[in-house]
Amino acid sequence: MIHVTEDSIDLDAVLRAVEGDGEGAVVLFVGRVRNHSREREVTQLDYEAYRGMAESALAELAETALRDHGAQRVAVVHRVGRLKVGEAAVAVAVSSAHRPEAFETCRWLIDTLKEVVPIWKKERYSDGEEWVAEHP
Amino acid sequence: MSNTETDSPEVGRPDAQQCMHVLLFAGLAERLGCARLTLNPPWPVTVAELQERLVSEWPELAPVTFRTAVNQRYALDSEPVQPEDEIALIPPVSGG
Repeated sequence: MIHVTEDSIDLDAVLRAVEGDGEGAVVLFVGRVRNHSREREVTQLDYEAYRGMAESALAELAETALRDHGAQRVAVVHRVGRLKVGEAAVAVAVSSAHRPEAFETCRWLIDTLKEVVPIWKKERYSDGEEWVAEHP
Repeated sequence: MSNTETDSPEVGRPDAQQCMHVLLFAGLAERLGCARLTLNPPWPVTVAELQERLVSEWPELAPVTFRTAVNQRYALDSEPVQPEDEIALIPPVSGG
């Protein structure tokens, strides 16, 4: 399961997508909309994607995760559109036989996603808005 | 060359079929006020030459950091670009 969607993310479906009888460890990372950023109060986030390239970049990351990082199954869903505080913007699930590979791969996937996948967020504040051009 | 299509905005321009479109996103699209630029570079052209031409035609691009994608993959500066390629300018990403 690799996709970019306008719909709210079904975390149960993301977890089910990495289930397997040989996988004893499942790690799920969820990135949620936070109510503050750089000392300003955030009210909403707008996410925009270059959808075709974003989905193929995510698929490539997933392939690398399976080939080089010891994961058995991975799922990545990223949301676009206007999100409210508390909503899930991204979910990354990884399963493997044992936990070290699942933790390590999940971390690598979300970190690399933030660096290379063409998705952007604009923070909306009570008194303005700004595109974010960094990936801490 | 035929310029008989009346619904094309490029009718009457020389080599209109060699025009290419460049996709813009997020802060870049907002800065330029549109999601697509159209230009007619001298062919053949590399990614670096195309970037140079874009910046000279749209000086608003000059202070902006962006990478170029060709057919939905990040491209090297030396890569050649064909008129039918899908070109996009990718400002610093901030997903997740």
